[in-house]
Amino acid sequence: MEYFDFLQLIAKILLVVGVCLGVVPVMVWFERRGAAWMQGRVGPNRVGPFGLLQPLADVVKFIMKEDFTPKNANKFYYYLAPLMALIAPLCALSVIPFGSKAIVNGQEIVLQIAQMDSGVIFILAFAGLEVYPIILAGWASKNKYSVLGALRGSSQIVSYEISMGLALLSMLIVYGSFNPHDMVSWQASKYWGVVVNPFGALVFLISIFAETNRLPFDLPEGESEIVAGYHLEYGAMKFALFFMAEYIAMIMASALISTLFFGGYSLLPGMSQLISMISSHFGFGEVGMTNVTAVFQFVSLCSKVGFFMFLFVWIRWTLPRFRFDQLMDLGWKILFPLSLINLVVVTLMVYFLNK
Amino acid sequence: MGTINVSKKYTAKEKAYLPAILIGMKITMKRFIEGLIFRKHNTILYPEKKRDYSDRFRGAHFISVDANKTENCTACFLCETVCPAECIHIVAEEREDEQNVYGVMKEKKPVSFDIDLLRCCFCGFCEEACPKDAIKLSTNYEMATYSRDEAIVDLDQLKRPMNGRHEKKDK
Repeated sequence: MEYFDFLQLIAKILLVVGVCLGVVPVMVWFERRGAAWMQGRVGPNRVGPFGLLQPLADVVKFIMKEDFTPKNANKFYYYLAPLMALIAPLCALSVIPFGSKAIVNGQEIVLQIAQMDSGVIFILAFAGLEVYPIILAGWASKNKYSVLGALRGSSQIVSYEISMGLALLSMLIVYGSFNPHDMVSWQASKYWGVVVNPFGALVFLISIFAETNRLPFDLPEGESEIVAGYHLEYGAMKFALFFMAEYIAMIMASALISTLFFGGYSLLPGMSQLISMISSHFGFGEVGMTNVTAVFQFVSLCSKVGFFMFLFVWIRWTLPRFRFDQLMDLGWKILFPLSLINLVVVTLMVYFLNK
Repeated sequence: MGTINVSKKYTAKEKAYLPAILIGMKITMKRFIEGLIFRKHNTILYPEKKRDYSDRFRGAHFISVDANKTENCTACFLCETVCPAECIHIVAEEREDEQNVYGVMKEKKPVSFDIDLLRCCFCGFCEEACPKDAIKLSTNYEMATYSRDEAIVDLDQLKRPMNGRHEKKDK
């Protein structure tokens, strides 16, 4: 029994981490190829079919490069920063449910790595941890540009975390639960969160763009002002870790917004008919039906996450970046008060509708 | 003093910012579909396709040869003298009488004729100075080499029959 529990946990971790790390090179390829298509160019098309092996070539280049450490850097924190940048979003992913349940060998498996009732708080804690690698990287590499980039990045993330937290809070009030599973089942039985609280979804979407340092809010880096920002002194695989961390943070943010506002793993329209068709065709029992549903739920979540990943790329190549004061104005003077008003309105709505 | 104060009253729609974003996203999506499905791009895929330059484009040099594959150059040093980059180096010699079928037309010949392509500024003065139409600039722009020594081309590399400027040097 305990052996089985351990095994299923390992299998779930391998699935989530494997999917994440597998998506990163595809996203790197798609980011470049998609950018090229949007700009009327061709993009990397030489390595492998459609240039799909380009990330592999990049990895070889990253590995072959000199592993350089600045002389005055604080070695411990300098090496800790990229690891932390990678680990924080991966940890936050552990509470994202990617299916309701599967039945293997007569035993029920909840398709979520860490089942905790305070799941959303856990996600927020680890999303908050994303500030630390930026500050550590900027400070530990003993470079003025790095420090400036780190300050800009951390102030941006801290500011937008507030409006993000408030948007999330309004959804917590709607669902009445901290558990992501409850949220998804609420949305599956009633409406998607975006229908209930469209304004909260918008604020949340803008905030995760700022949280993941993507354009139009990619201010921690700035070629003309602060060179490469906090990862200026990082080369070779250490830079690659930061690069991967950015994409995994994107996956995490996409999974979070899908779970909170877009129904999470709840089936897309038409999928339930497909499941009953498949089950009746192959003559599945109740066990088979549950497992097929779990697969479709996983596909459903993946397609939602995929859409948001595409949105990240799409927005990136559409919008120019903000100036730093404009960014702070948007965060503090517009999003913060509006999300507060939204919170009050949602609270009142929930109170009077449940009365 | 010299600043122009551009103050613009923004409408509510412009201030909301989101409609403008949606318009922009519509445009990028259109381009994305054009690129993804219709394979529309403005890039010239270089090694397979080459850009057409003007006929007047001045590229790599060549020295024209006559029917006997003898170079038209008579080592008069006009090109070396006019060259502003001093990249042409000629060593001249008298053509021996018994072998000389051209008589007075080609009494001298170059023993060596080196052009340092890295020094050359492709001004075309040598072409203008040449009284025999021997040195010409072709439209070939692919002159990359792996070392600096390879960029110094000698007479054998330069010689080619003069059948228009556009044809590639046949090796």
